[in-house]
Amino acid sequence: MRRLVVSILLLLLMAARMPAFAQQAAPPAAAADSVVATALADLGSGDYDRIRHGVSALAFSGDDRALAIIEALDAGTLYVRADHKLFLKSPSGAILDAATGKAAPDVMASGLHEVRVNNPVRSAMDAALGSLRLLSPDAATRTKAAEAVFHSHDPRALPTLEKAIARETNAAARRRETQARAAVVLFIPATPLPARLAAIATLRARGDLDARSLLDSLHNQPPEAAAAAHTAVAAIDRSLALWGVVQSIYFGISLGSVLLLAAAGLAITFGVMGVINMAHGEMVMIGAYTTFLVQQAIRAHWPDLFGASLIIAIPAAFLVSGAVGVVIERTLIRFLYGRPLETLLATWGLSLILQQGVRTMFGPTNQDVGTPAWMRGSIDVGGLSLTLNRLYIIVFAIAVLFALMAALRYTALGLRMRAVTQNRRMAAAMGIRTPWIDALTFGLGSGVAGIAGVALSQIDNVSPNLGQNYIIDSFMVVVFGGVGNLWGTAVAALTLGVVNKFLEPVAGAVLGKIVVLVLLILFIQRRPRGMFPLKGRAAEA
Amino acid sequence: MKTTLSTPLTLILVLGGAALMAALNLATPAGSAMHVPDYAIQLAGKYLCYAMLALAVDLVWGFAGILSLGHAAFFALGGYAMGMYLMREIGARGVYGNAILPDFMVFLGWNHLPWYWYGFNWLGFAVLMALLVPGVLAWIFGWLAFRSRVSGVYLSIITQALTYALLLAFFRNEMGFGGNNGLTDFKDIAGFPLQSAATHCGLLVISAVVLCGQFLLARALVASRFGKVLVAVRDAESRTRFLGYRPESYKLFVFVASAVMAGIGGALYVPQIGIINPSEFSPSNSIEAVIWVAVGGRGTLSGAILGAVLVNLGKTWLTGALPELWLFGLGALFIFVTLFLPKGIVGTLAQWPRRKRSAEAETETSRPAPLSETSP
Amino acid sequence: MSVSAPAAAPHAAAIGTVLYVDGVSVSFDGFRALNNLSLILAPGEMRAVIGPNGAGKTTMMDVITGRTRPDTGRVVFGATTDLTKLDEPAIAALGIGRKFQKPTVFEPLDVWTNLLLALAGDRRPRFTLRARETAEERARIEAILATIRLTDHRHRRAADLSHGQKQWLEIGMLLAQEPQLLLVDEPVAGMTDAETEQTAELLRTINETRSVVVVEHDMAFVRALGVRVTVLHEGSVLSEGSIDHVSEDPKVIEVYLGR
Repeated sequence: MRRLVVSILLLLLMAARMPAFAQQAAPPAAAADSVVATALADLGSGDYDRIRHGVSALAFSGDDRALAIIEALDAGTLYVRADHKLFLKSPSGAILDAATGKAAPDVMASGLHEVRVNNPVRSAMDAALGSLRLLSPDAATRTKAAEAVFHSHDPRALPTLEKAIARETNAAARRRETQARAAVVLFIPATPLPARLAAIATLRARGDLDARSLLDSLHNQPPEAAAAAHTAVAAIDRSLALWGVVQSIYFGISLGSVLLLAAAGLAITFGVMGVINMAHGEMVMIGAYTTFLVQQAIRAHWPDLFGASLIIAIPAAFLVSGAVGVVIERTLIRFLYGRPLETLLATWGLSLILQQGVRTMFGPTNQDVGTPAWMRGSIDVGGLSLTLNRLYIIVFAIAVLFALMAALRYTALGLRMRAVTQNRRMAAAMGIRTPWIDALTFGLGSGVAGIAGVALSQIDNVSPNLGQNYIIDSFMVVVFGGVGNLWGTAVAALTLGVVNKFLEPVAGAVLGKIVVLVLLILFIQRRPRGMFPLKGRAAEA
Repeated sequence: MKTTLSTPLTLILVLGGAALMAALNLATPAGSAMHVPDYAIQLAGKYLCYAMLALAVDLVWGFAGILSLGHAAFFALGGYAMGMYLMREIGARGVYGNAILPDFMVFLGWNHLPWYWYGFNWLGFAVLMALLVPGVLAWIFGWLAFRSRVSGVYLSIITQALTYALLLAFFRNEMGFGGNNGLTDFKDIAGFPLQSAATHCGLLVISAVVLCGQFLLARALVASRFGKVLVAVRDAESRTRFLGYRPESYKLFVFVASAVMAGIGGALYVPQIGIINPSEFSPSNSIEAVIWVAVGGRGTLSGAILGAVLVNLGKTWLTGALPELWLFGLGALFIFVTLFLPKGIVGTLAQWPRRKRSAEAETETSRPAPLSETSP
Repeated sequence: MSVSAPAAAPHAAAIGTVLYVDGVSVSFDGFRALNNLSLILAPGEMRAVIGPNGAGKTTMMDVITGRTRPDTGRVVFGATTDLTKLDEPAIAALGIGRKFQKPTVFEPLDVWTNLLLALAGDRRPRFTLRARETAEERARIEAILATIRLTDHRHRRAADLSHGQKQWLEIGMLLAQEPQLLLVDEPVAGMTDAETEQTAELLRTINETRSVVVVEHDMAFVRALGVRVTVLHEGSVLSEGSIDHVSEDPKVIEVYLGR
């Protein structure tokens, strides 16, 4: 019995407090209505300044209609009638009265004009939508909205932001919202110093260019806060510089892996066999065209397999380029052993024929080689955004390098290859068929070039000139690394890639490349046998 | 040298041919059967300039064993020097009517003539630069390369990198050489209008005379004791070193001389063609020049001239008649010559009487001499 | 390490020697081609150097002629000149000539021109560009042609000579250089017995006016030369003395002759 009485009393009490509670949370209904009405009038005025004010006022009115109206404005589906009354088209295509949200079936579409916006209106809209969407059920939308608030740092967004943070469940979204709150708080004059310092710390922790420019734009701060902001900017600069270095290294490794792929086959044909194959680039090109053909076949006959098309293209390109390589060795190169300069000229001629042949068959234009879904997109690591296709190519280049090393070291063919290159006559005397080994070694190098073509088809234009762009670089890499040394080739490729990427921001892409070329020319003249030369009398022979 | 007949024959053909063409062009009316059309004069002039490049390549490749895959760079540098003069000679007649700045600089919004364009309003200065710039570049490059004993294929590859770097550099607008479009729209040279057939005839004859001069100089060079040392260096470099010679100074001298010859060729080429742009630096141009020499006969000098004219005649004809086939043809030529005609046309012709004489005595004679010190 | 050290004390060596190899070591990638090698050659002496493959004979020649820089040690030529600071042309200009194991002559040039290029004189391009053959040069070439028995072959291309003739032409080119010291690497490899005999005679003639170091495998030839012999093994001197002395040295027998 007592319990019942207490419960009723409590209920009564709560009921008595209710109106006051409601009043605190939202503006009085009448006041809100008038704000909305003014805002709607502004939106229908046709004057950009007033529209901008209207957007902001509406957004922060707390009114339920705001989101729909501003989204319509953003989508270009908010209309104004000659009497300045606003209508919007719902996603289903129905015309609604903006003020009431009710359908207005009798309104003629012909009497309506789209509400026009300009750039200031658009940025006001972004800020408004940011704050309005903070409470969206979708975490990604909330994250984006918080980011918009971060950029607008409009103090009026604070209540919504607080509400959003309080009920946030997603960690990433909460981080963005907290950062947005920090941004907003710093622009509210009444914020006490400790909150200010905490906000600066949050921005400093965020540490990107946006946080930096926001901190840099602060003014009218108390001295302590100004000093904190100043050190935060310096700290962000330091960390950005560090990330910049990391990024250059990553881009450099990425470029280096491409160079490594292009040069790995050459490290076999030139490095191990000493054959100057100027048509090496065309082996790469043939690999890329094989990829194109494999994809064409898969698209036509087994579309489900498209995701695996590149995996299928790898052995295909290896076999096609390798077979072309064996044919070239048997019909041309074997007549020119011991005459490197002639080999150079003949293979150059061959490269012209192969290029023109592909041009005749496929036309001079770029072929469209698709990227499977698993290679698209990017992942974020710290301040870096790593594109997946580049990442896969780095991994692939390393895999090719190790596979090649293993093939040379552990397979019977690899053993024979090394025997033939070290002492041809002895190898022949021991029953190794040296002509066959020559052909297969050349085929291996060409096949690896073909594999490189598969990877390059993902980042470069697949055209008859594809290979030409890599031939000088590839030779440079092999010579730089030390002829006959696969590790040297890898180190050289990565070094060149990284040096190139570090020079680019300083000197520009083209000048950077020129500087690298000149440095390489100078390097080769200082150490003609590369970074890791073979020493001793054997090397001088 | 064994090809005693080839020297007078070369001189007569080059000088006589050029003079005859020029005379027929000027003296006969356009409709006459004997008339040599203007475009043929231009083409012939172009071939003779290419022949200078070929001669330069033959001097270093044929006699010093330096296979330069960047010789077109020296040719192009000479061409740019002349192009800069022709550009400034336009004066206020350009599209923008600026008396000092060439059109492309006005277009780029430049206010001042870059310092390295000073002096190019004088033809003499431009000619001096056409000799000096390729020469100095060759000297610096060769000094570095030969002193550190870079040879064979390595040298070929870095010469190719050199011209590639220059290609990229000249593509840049900031370099102040007209970027992608290069230098063109020339009006006249030393007061003679470049539109007139007479000017072209004059340039053709000058080219022929200069080519013959270069040919005789090259001939004298290889016939001297210097030339013998050069051949010795080509075939047994370390032997010459143990004899007390410094191969690097021999190579450097001939490399610089050859670069200057190529530069002169380029300087005469540009007024006859009417344009110079960065594509002249492309590595494929240099390699094509090597194949001219290979076709004519490496180490024969007259073969270089013959090869340059023959291959370019073929190119002109084939690119006109069957453009698709030109690259096939050029590619096949590279392969055919290296496999089946290693001595080239002149070298093979010169060998016939010799082989007959010593056929029963020797078998080694026809074996080609080692071409490089790099072993496979 | 020199096992049987020569009688002359090292510090006195500088005066009465033409070549003093002093504690030279060379290694390629961990392999010690020369190991603290020392050798003294008196003026006018002919020395035969023998040793199994890999004993360091050719590397020793490389060090003396400037092709290879030693890791440690020095090579003194004449009284004071340290050869390890100089390159090949400078050493050649000092008067050290070298004949390679494989005959190395200028194959496309004729015999006469080969000798002409080898004649002592100005080696700079500015000289050779304008050089004309002088009567004195012609006389010297004629004399050398007679010495190396190639007078009748003067206009033949070097490429067309027989193997033995090429060896002699190369020796002739060394003579034309007028060196004080000749380094000769396996001069009789691939020669007929008659040619070997003639070569031994030729070397003795040369030795009348110049110091000679001969690296040779052919023991009969070394015996025929009848000179002091140095046996190299694993990059250092194993034994030194007359051919009979070293032939009886048990260490030599073990590593070389006994096999």
